[in-house]
Amino acid sequence: MTHSLTHSQASDTFNKDESRVDWHDESLWFIRQKRDKAAFAIPEWEELRESASQIKENVLANMDTYLLEFEQKAQKNGIHVHWATDAAEHNTLVLEIMQKHNFKKIVKSKSMLTEECHLNPFLEKNGIEVIDTDLGERIVQLRNEPPSHIVLPAIHLKKQDVGDTFHEYLGTEKGASDPQYLTEAARQHLRGKFIAADLAITGVNFAIAETGGFVVCTNEGNADMGAHLAKVHIACMGFEKIIPKIENLGIFLRLLARSATGQPITTYSSHFQKPRAGQEMHIIIVDNGRSTQLGRADFRNSLKCIRCGACMNTCPVYRRSGGHSYHNAVAGPIGIILAPNLDMKQNNDLPFASTLCGSCTNVCPVKINIHEQIWKWRQIVTQEGYAGFEKTQGIKLMNTVLSKPKVYRFVGKMGREIMRFAPFAVNNSLNKWFKNREMPDAPKESFREWYMKQKM
Amino acid sequence: MKIGLFIPCYIDQFYPKVGIATLELLEKLGVQVHYPLSQTCCGQPMANSGFAHLTKGCDDNFIQNFGSFGTQHFDYVVSPSGSCVLHIKEHLGGNPLHSDAYPEQVTSLKNKVFELCEFLTDILKVENLNAHFPHRVGFHNSCHGQRMLGLSSMSEKVGETFSKPLSLLGQVNGLTLADLSRKDECCGFGGTFCVTEEAVSVKMGKDRIADHLSKNVDFITGGDMSCLMHLEGILKRQKSTVKIIHIAEILNSK
Repeated sequence: MTHSLTHSQASDTFNKDESRVDWHDESLWFIRQKRDKAAFAIPEWEELRESASQIKENVLANMDTYLLEFEQKAQKNGIHVHWATDAAEHNTLVLEIMQKHNFKKIVKSKSMLTEECHLNPFLEKNGIEVIDTDLGERIVQLRNEPPSHIVLPAIHLKKQDVGDTFHEYLGTEKGASDPQYLTEAARQHLRGKFIAADLAITGVNFAIAETGGFVVCTNEGNADMGAHLAKVHIACMGFEKIIPKIENLGIFLRLLARSATGQPITTYSSHFQKPRAGQEMHIIIVDNGRSTQLGRADFRNSLKCIRCGACMNTCPVYRRSGGHSYHNAVAGPIGIILAPNLDMKQNNDLPFASTLCGSCTNVCPVKINIHEQIWKWRQIVTQEGYAGFEKTQGIKLMNTVLSKPKVYRFVGKMGREIMRFAPFAVNNSLNKWFKNREMPDAPKESFREWYMKQKM
Repeated sequence: MKIGLFIPCYIDQFYPKVGIATLELLEKLGVQVHYPLSQTCCGQPMANSGFAHLTKGCDDNFIQNFGSFGTQHFDYVVSPSGSCVLHIKEHLGGNPLHSDAYPEQVTSLKNKVFELCEFLTDILKVENLNAHFPHRVGFHNSCHGQRMLGLSSMSEKVGETFSKPLSLLGQVNGLTLADLSRKDECCGFGGTFCVTEEAVSVKMGKDRIADHLSKNVDFITGGDMSCLMHLEGILKRQKSTVKIIHIAEILNSK
């Protein structure tokens, strides 16, 4: 792995400050509770999830047809449509559009796809200024950090951290942490960037095949501000963002914000249909591993994801390890099932960053069987040889013991005897269980031994 | 009615009293209980670690112990563990690498294996346990029992509220049930997760325990001894006086 820490190692570091873990957990649990309240207020919630899941099922089965329909309609509306096989192609397309116009400045409203493609560093290397305009995204950009959550990119930061960052980069008063004061400073700072920008990039929440239009959901209105001011607008989308009809949109909009933050709807659901007079509009449709995932029968429905982040908010592991521990643009349970497809060598630790509790699957608004896919990825990364020598030998030994009744009974008895008479043999620093937990008491008799005496 | 008693390996070795309570409880309820002597492990620890391709030995052994062969036949297979039952239901003989020597046995076992609580409520339809346990108890929902076997409703899903284990605890005289602030959050055991992700695992366990302690419980109970073993390890390290106890032991108490 080229990233410095595995999920487990990064979580270990994250847990050094327990009160901060508590704060992180509570912040996200609060959002999970808001989600519950919003969901339970809708009696037909489960039917909505089912409908959304089935609409996406249809999309996955007819992806080519819907994408071509979308391209055709969008072109008719005067939008330039581009196709990118991978992240590099996507980034080059953006750069080419910039160079064609001799542009230097971009404002971007949050797009996890551009994070996935590492667009910012690529453009910066090519002398282009890219400013993320969502408040949270701007905060992490100033700190030179990736977002830690797909919806709440700065959820790992306290207002004091934001105050320190703004003091350093935006010249706010030292020690100031009043949210309203800090937000106002960000507004003023970003206002200048919006006005100076040549080009605006937005993500896409839903691309509608029958109209060739697309919808971007934000709470801050920054997508509109960017797109309406700039001479050129590029919308970047993973190809799975497609939905067949405009009438499907209601189902997804009802689910998206409720699942994400517990709001009935995002403050802005902005519909883009065609460029305004004098404006140029582009859509880049990106594959970047999605067609491979579509071809994996066990994992294809991970492409139903509408990026609400509910699985992260509910995940007890995510809440106690933080988004950065997943070393991938998309963290949490959905990240676990998307990342190995992108790069198995980098991400083979992620399927093990889960207890398989299944809460993610239950909150998913499009009913992705996330925990089952995590289990299946474990099998694949193991069979691809990523388990490591030590673990493989350990599991093989375990298998020998557990599949042979006589060996099992012998080892079980021996183990209990050792624990009873030589507890130091297990209660030591080699035993990770023992670091923060006592071992169970070893009884003299197993259940089977008792049964033989009592019942035979 | 004749049942095969499936005692998970770690209960056999570390918590025999849970096996004993399960056996006594079922016998008290008039069930003919047999414990096949060559049973070991369902294979879950290997499968959940990514080694499902190695579990053929455990699968075959399970089938030989609990399947129908000659005079051996069980109407049901019952186990005091949601997690192990789930593994049998979902993964017994499920790996394409396994030679499928007993396809009918596999299907039949998947249909007749039951977690103890659901066996009591759904098959035996127990309405009066005549148990007595005069203590304050916090109930820990194990994820596999709850979310995958459906032993109770889930906090994430919109629908009617129910709980098979709580309906049984409700029949126990003297028992006071604590109302937890997070009713179904995972304890962090997670099989090999408990050591491979030690920091998060322990933190999750500590947080679950704190919820129970804030409700002044005397005991933490649940349907899966693996979750409880993890919580017990932390409680003991904290030198807490709160004890863990498997639900079978409470339902079997006099």
